[in-house]
Amino acid sequence: MKLRDLTELAVRNLRESVLRNSLTTLGVAVGVASLVAMLSLGVGLQQLATSRLTKSGLFDTVFVTPKFNMRGGPQSQAGTQQNTEPRLLDEEARQELAKLPNVIEVFPQIRFPTEVRFDEKPYPTVVAGMPQSSQQSGSFDGMVGTFFSGESADEAILQIEFAKELSKDTNSLVGKSISIRYAERQPLADGSGGFSIIPKEKQLKIIGIVETEPASGFGGFGNGRLLIPLGVAQSLRATQVNDLRDAVRGGPAKPTYANLTVRAKSTSDVDAIEASVKKMGFGAFSLLDASKSLKIFFGVFDLILGLFASLALAVATLGIVNTLVMAILERRREIGVLKALGASDGDVKTLFFFEAGVMGFLGGIGGVIFGWLIGRGLNLATNIYLKRRDLPSIEVSSVPAWLVFTAIAFAVVISLVAGLYPASRAAKLNPVEALRYE
Amino acid sequence: MTPTSGPTDAVSIQLDHVSRHYTLATTAIRAVDDVSLTIRIGEFVALLGSSGSGKSTLLNLMAGLDRPTSGAIRADGKNLAELSSLELARYRRNTIGMVFQSFNLLPRMTLAENVELPLRLAEVGHDERDARVAEALQRVKLDKRTQHRPSELSGGEQQRTAIARALVNRPKILFADEPTGNLDSATGESIMNLLLEIRSSLGMTIIMVTHERPLAEKFATRLAIMGDGKLLSSGEKQ
Ligand SMILES: Nc1ncnc2c1ncn2[C@@H]1O[C@H](COP(=O)(O)OP(=O)(O)OP(=O)(O)O)[C@@H](O)[C@H]1O
Ligand SMILES: [Mg+2]
Repeated sequence: MKLRDLTELAVRNLRESVLRNSLTTLGVAVGVASLVAMLSLGVGLQQLATSRLTKSGLFDTVFVTPKFNMRGGPQSQAGTQQNTEPRLLDEEARQELAKLPNVIEVFPQIRFPTEVRFDEKPYPTVVAGMPQSSQQSGSFDGMVGTFFSGESADEAILQIEFAKELSKDTNSLVGKSISIRYAERQPLADGSGGFSIIPKEKQLKIIGIVETEPASGFGGFGNGRLLIPLGVAQSLRATQVNDLRDAVRGGPAKPTYANLTVRAKSTSDVDAIEASVKKMGFGAFSLLDASKSLKIFFGVFDLILGLFASLALAVATLGIVNTLVMAILERRREIGVLKALGASDGDVKTLFFFEAGVMGFLGGIGGVIFGWLIGRGLNLATNIYLKRRDLPSIEVSSVPAWLVFTAIAFAVVISLVAGLYPASRAAKLNPVEALRYE
Repeated sequence: MTPTSGPTDAVSIQLDHVSRHYTLATTAIRAVDDVSLTIRIGEFVALLGSSGSGKSTLLNLMAGLDRPTSGAIRADGKNLAELSSLELARYRRNTIGMVFQSFNLLPRMTLAENVELPLRLAEVGHDERDARVAEALQRVKLDKRTQHRPSELSGGEQQRTAIARALVNRPKILFADEPTGNLDSATGESIMNLLLEIRSSLGMTIIMVTHERPLAEKFATRLAIMGDGKLLSSGEKQ
């Protein structure tokens, strides 16, 4: 028989026992729906986690330190292995790092202790310089006020805990001015690498308050609670921890960085960049390994969800087998007639096979729609819950295109497998016996 | 196909010592026992015999629905015993047509769809089908009922539909197993007249099983009588 005739006959046979066949199809749909819902939850949570982590800058950055740091331990071991000349992490090195392939930006982490004067009272705290790119990190998403207007704007964003120290009504602080006192480092005229420290003061305008801790990236020595543009932070030339180290070590008076953060285009570039940085003679460190284990975790998570859903699908499969076997009993006579009219065993087999496939296909489509709705429901429920707690909304469930197609294909394949036995039984039916009237 | 009004000399079906045995537990049932018979193209053979004498079994063997335990069946130049099940299906599809006592129309299909079924199986092109279905239903005078379901028809009309279905693929041999068994005698006669008319206009060979001797004597060109699986008489009508 031709494909078109087979399809027509299969669809027509399915329509004949609408109730039974739609119940079977519904069974498939429920199986597929649970599969889709569970996997969409897995995918959604994974996307959520990775997007948060990617935004946080933890997984697309390489943290660069000079080889001769005071930590010793594993890093100096790595140094002996690589046999490269230790280098100073200076401006020249920074330019070089910025030229590495797939590097978006290189910036130092600048943090220094300061004393803030506000309302005639002193408040000790730590200043952190924030690159403009940190606006996209997600840390500033729920902030009050605005982000820095520019790299060298004399503006400050307060971390909420610090803002609470300054005033009970934190929101009223936005727009007010504060002054910070810090120790400026001035190189000595003798070129010895030593420097003198001079107290300085700078006026800043508070433009925002943030609840998260944007400066809590790794490698810092404490979270900055007063955030200023990185450009401003650099221009202050405030004394930092490594300055003392430089002075003790002696040598040229060139200022060096305690560390540099290299941001890669994507997480997949991190490995290569880390390797190049090490080759240049610096210590390099990234959190990529952590993201790898995260992927493994979600892989296992998906697998477990998928296993549960497969149970539902297995039940659906039995439903198809049952429906088709019942159909053979009911349609014995019809099969006999078809064979008497010249249908081959193969024709009858394909017909039953097609019916199973059509049920699987329709069940697959229905299941994807159900599953998607369940996912929407989960999202809605989660977001209502989050809203009650004043938290920003998230997407816990996501149905990507590949899941749609895989689920439908899966349903069809499962149904065809379920149709194997009934189809071959129908094909083997003896027409003489099938036609003998009862 | 040239219309002929009677039997010719060319052989349509030849049975050569055909037996069909069923073994139930220890006893062997000889449903068809060593039957030899030659049927020529254009003949209208009536198979008579008491119930259980093996008429249906023999018909099914000739129709390629069953295989003999021993013996050879040559139909339309082919030895059915040597055909694969696929080739046997092709034989049923292209060479023969079948009509049953209980009509065996598919209840949820319209008349037109029932009649179209053999064309689907034979992979006849869609453009040709409608005309062939209409022609077959016209021949049995049911061209006004094409969209009806079998249950909406009388027994005679259902049997005429079944005949149209058997004819639509222009078979060379028509097998009928008690086609009038479920019909009253007047309707039975009209069915017989229809078969006779088809035979003469299409030049078909007809082999019909029946209980009704008078009907057979009136319409068939030859009476073959079976008893206990054996062919008691294969003589042509005097
Ligand atoms: N599948 C089978 N298994 C066992 N015996 C069978 C089988 N089919 C038919 N028989 C036996 O073969 C014999 C002939 O059966 P068949 O149906 O050919 O008779 P028939 O002449 O057509 O009778 P009727 O006029 O009642 O239709 C019967 O005795 C029947 O019981
Ligand atoms: Mg019989």
